[in-house]
Amino acid sequence: MCGALLDLYQQVILDHGKAPRNFRRLEAPTARARGDNPMCGDRVELFLELDGERIGDASFMGRGCAVSIASASMLTEAVRGLDRMQAAEMASRVREMARSGDVPDAAGLEGLAALSGVHEFPSRVGCATLPWATLEAALAGGKEASSE
Amino acid sequence: MDMHHSFDVAAIRADFPILSTLVRGKPLTFLDSGASAQKPRQVIEAMTRCMETTYANVHRGAYQLSELATEAHEAAREKVRAFLNAADASEIVFTGSSTNAINLVAHSYGRGLLKRGQRVLVSEMEHHANLVPWQMLRDAGLGIGLGFIRITDGGELDLDSLRAELAKGDVGLVAVTHMSNVLGTVTPAAAIARMAHEAGARVLFDGSQAAVHRRVDMQAIDADFYVFTGHKLYGPTGIGVLYAKRALLDAMPPFLGGGDMIETVTLEHSTWAAAPGRFEAGTPPIVEAVGLGAAIDYVEAVGMDAIEAHERTLVDHAMAVLPGVQGLTLLGAAQDRGGVFSFTLDAAHPHDLSTFLDRRGICVRAGRHCAEPLHMRLGLEGGSARASFGLYTTHAEIDVLAEGLNAARRFFA
Repeated sequence: MCGALLDLYQQVILDHGKAPRNFRRLEAPTARARGDNPMCGDRVELFLELDGERIGDASFMGRGCAVSIASASMLTEAVRGLDRMQAAEMASRVREMARSGDVPDAAGLEGLAALSGVHEFPSRVGCATLPWATLEAALAGGKEASSE
Repeated sequence: MDMHHSFDVAAIRADFPILSTLVRGKPLTFLDSGASAQKPRQVIEAMTRCMETTYANVHRGAYQLSELATEAHEAAREKVRAFLNAADASEIVFTGSSTNAINLVAHSYGRGLLKRGQRVLVSEMEHHANLVPWQMLRDAGLGIGLGFIRITDGGELDLDSLRAELAKGDVGLVAVTHMSNVLGTVTPAAAIARMAHEAGARVLFDGSQAAVHRRVDMQAIDADFYVFTGHKLYGPTGIGVLYAKRALLDAMPPFLGGGDMIETVTLEHSTWAAAPGRFEAGTPPIVEAVGLGAAIDYVEAVGMDAIEAHERTLVDHAMAVLPGVQGLTLLGAAQDRGGVFSFTLDAAHPHDLSTFLDRRGICVRAGRHCAEPLHMRLGLEGGSARASFGLYTTHAEIDVLAEGLNAARRFFA
């Protein structure tokens, strides 16, 4: 098995992909958005519950490959407790990390480092970033995001 | 070109330079010819030779080089005519692609000759190229409708559905694939044409896949329109073909306006050239036409019948091997099918599967293969993976695919 493949499909990705966390709809989300990857049909619906500026709860529904589902699952765990600005910053850092493969030295990103493995697979970067683009849309009050 | 008196796949593979390259250090197992096929040296060299020795614009210069280029361009048209067994070379219109050819028909025939209240029928298993142009025509405010021919659960065209739609008496054009790019289903073109004609409708076939895998004969099918593309037939991108019966082309208004498609031009008005020139505005794909001609020479030298026979053994082998992969579901079960196999694997999403196989040098397509409604019809919102064969595909490559699928299942399960 080649190294890059194992970098992409690290155990944590396979694990989140198979058993996604927070895979449910929130009863009364204060923010939500839907993300679509028109190329492959991946879809993520993200739900956020905001207590003021702070994200109290996050969940998602959707369908897609192991990478997009794992990324969404990890997102819902990572953003809980962050305020809007911190979450938006995290989204932008993860998107950059997925493109470049460089894991930034920033608090809160340790658990997301596995998503950097996707940078070796240009056609798959969108799978990892779709949930994060959806998060940005939800935080900005938008309703839809695309992986393009 | 070597004379392939009997089908010698090793000799054929030697003609395709890319097939001997390595992908990540592994032999290339190219199973995406349905998206675009690889090119033999004969095509590459013909195009290079054209640019090096006989290139100039066509239909313009009264000088030798332009005359030579025009000759080569028109010789390619004659090769396409013979390839399709069209009655006359003037029935062959060069376009940029199959997509362009269908859009040409939708604009020119659809807007020009279909009448308010008439409908176009397409099937549920069309490539977007043979669906979206008709949706656009329906939405153009001309009162032209769009109807659908159902497919059976086995992935065949439901002829009862076609019959029922035709019986409504308002169908002006039936536009269907001659071979599904997802299911591999080959549709009974001659029977469809006969049914359409009996109902007073014209018929268009999207032959993008079919024309690559077996001989297609315009006289035998009695097609009114037939389109295919160069790049799937081992030729270059940037060139497609529209065949249309001469009487239809004569009646059709132009699609694009510009040079080459006119007879006379004043500041106020123009008159149109005869077909096929009327539909070839602007400088045509000259080098690409030469490349397409060389591709046709190549497959004709191998023999379309020999290609079909070889691919039949590939289909049989795939049908024997792929169902042995645990957790694999094949899409479609048509009686008459060509070398296109779409499938899902229980343990892995098509995208993960495609990435996994790529690392073993295996190229398959993942997604909805430009046939989103078909995937919805099959309940596969996440798409499928697809292996598609060419004349250079070997039985061993199908075995490599099956091994890769088994390994993927172990990896992702």
